[in-house]
Amino acid sequence: MAFRRALKRLLQEIPNQGSRCYSTEARQMVTMIPGDGIGPEISQSVKDIFSAAGAPVDWEDVDVTPVKGPDGNFRLPPKIFDSMDRTKVGLKGPLATPIGKGHQSLNLALRKAFNLYANVRPCKSIEGYKTPYNDVDLVTIRENTEGEYSGIEHVIVDGVVQSIKKITEEASMRVAEYAFAYARDNNRDTVTAVHKANIM
Amino acid sequence: MAAPMQRSMLKLLRSSSAALKRSFSTSRVAASSSIIQHKKYSTEPHFSKYGGRTTVTALSGDGVGPELLSYVQEIFRYAGVPVDFEELEINGSTTDEETLCSALLSVQRNGIALKGNIESKFDEPGFKSMNVELRTQLELFASIVWCKSIPGVYTRHQGLDIILIRENTEGEYSNLEYQIVPGCIENLKIITEAKSTKIAKYAFEFAKTHGRKKVTAIHKANIMKLGDGLFLESCRKVASQYPDIEFNDMIVDNASMQMVSKPQQFDVLVMPNLYGNILSNITAGLVGGYGVVSGMNIGDDYAVFEMGTRSSGRSLKGKNIANPTGMLLASCDMLDYIGCNKHAELIRDSVMKVMSVDKVQTPDLGGQATTLEVIQAIIEDIKPKTTSWLHA
Repeated sequence: MAFRRALKRLLQEIPNQGSRCYSTEARQMVTMIPGDGIGPEISQSVKDIFSAAGAPVDWEDVDVTPVKGPDGNFRLPPKIFDSMDRTKVGLKGPLATPIGKGHQSLNLALRKAFNLYANVRPCKSIEGYKTPYNDVDLVTIRENTEGEYSGIEHVIVDGVVQSIKKITEEASMRVAEYAFAYARDNNRDTVTAVHKANIM
Repeated sequence: MAAPMQRSMLKLLRSSSAALKRSFSTSRVAASSSIIQHKKYSTEPHFSKYGGRTTVTALSGDGVGPELLSYVQEIFRYAGVPVDFEELEINGSTTDEETLCSALLSVQRNGIALKGNIESKFDEPGFKSMNVELRTQLELFASIVWCKSIPGVYTRHQGLDIILIRENTEGEYSNLEYQIVPGCIENLKIITEAKSTKIAKYAFEFAKTHGRKKVTAIHKANIMKLGDGLFLESCRKVASQYPDIEFNDMIVDNASMQMVSKPQQFDVLVMPNLYGNILSNITAGLVGGYGVVSGMNIGDDYAVFEMGTRSSGRSLKGKNIANPTGMLLASCDMLDYIGCNKHAELIRDSVMKVMSVDKVQTPDLGGQATTLEVIQAIIEDIKPKTTSWLHA
């Protein structure tokens, strides 16, 4: 009996790196960020379908509208950090970023805050939905925290702006290791690195 | 192919090439000529013309560049084009400043060049791209790639006619990089109001000259608020001076997605350097790939013509399978630019006929022909047209 309990606890604590969670009894708490625009509608759809399917998931809704900190800068509200600390997993709707002015991208802020260094998008042709391209089955893995999205910009003189693109060895290695591990774990044959190293 | 269909195909080709000819007409008195617009920025572009023959610089480049340029010269010979080439060998293995300086001097002397792509080594951090050097030194501020669906070339999207105008001298291509600490590199992307306004004005003038209805600015101003925000603001200011032309903007990631799913919505695009590079290549892929698209780099004083995708075709070198169409169409654009409209139309008609009607196509378009076979077919098509001048 004690052995079974210990084994169950051990299985529950296996980190969820693409492997299945073997425990189906415990309900998982998931942070839900509905987002802007169509976000709330599609988030509600997910909740409805999950409850109809009986998925063992409870949702904790968090609004990530930036709040003004004591130093006058806008930042993510503390409740998102509390929630993610507890749940470790979140489902996020689209968050709009104002163009040319306003606050920095909240998508970017979330990625930086929680060190979400790899953005993985599997793209597979959907059977029954005709597109000009057939049999697409590729996965894009993108470095999520630096590069052009560093947010460092300066006005040098009136009419001249510089944006800084930052690339570090550490972040590049990290996402490359993730990509190769993903390829190996998912039986993919080729990893293609996309760059503009002839110019940059 | 049935005679009526062939006649209507030829009619289509003639009308499309006539439309192109109208657009590139260099008649000094024509009010609706794109060349006249260049005059606004400086004195009229000069060419090295002597005894009725123009001298054009030919920069060899890497990969298939040299062979394609030699084919262009051969076809010019058969078509009786009054152009002489000043050939300069410049490629990725050139290490001395001397060669780059002579290339620049030659283009400055002749005013016009036809160019193969020069490869840039990317494992040498100190290596400066010679293509970029040429463009910045000659101040070729606009790169224009005109992507038009070609009858007879199978592609997934039909009926495309998109003009991509890209800022060619600043942005991500500023060549300003440094290492802060080992393992951390910063690259500066410079956007200036002057150059953004200049390219926007060029795009709107181009659209107006060619009767286009919509200009779309591509940017990423939600992330790069100051940089791309400045570009977008400059485009908006110029747009207000052209109330007849519709202006909208699109973020580059959405634009890329729209370009491959619904490209028919785009008309003229104006873009900063890197986004222009990416979208030009995507659009070129939609109309047939590297082999069928031509590009031009226009400055106040000089113009350089090359293949639209700026690919060197390293893997195709010497195999006799490279598609010469892109380079030939670029050379026809060059002939239009210098005023040899008759010859440009003649060669362009033959090139398009061989590709669309006779379907002599290289492997990149799904055909079986070799480069030499395509060139032979074009020459055979040109020959009867030139001998008829003797009797005219």
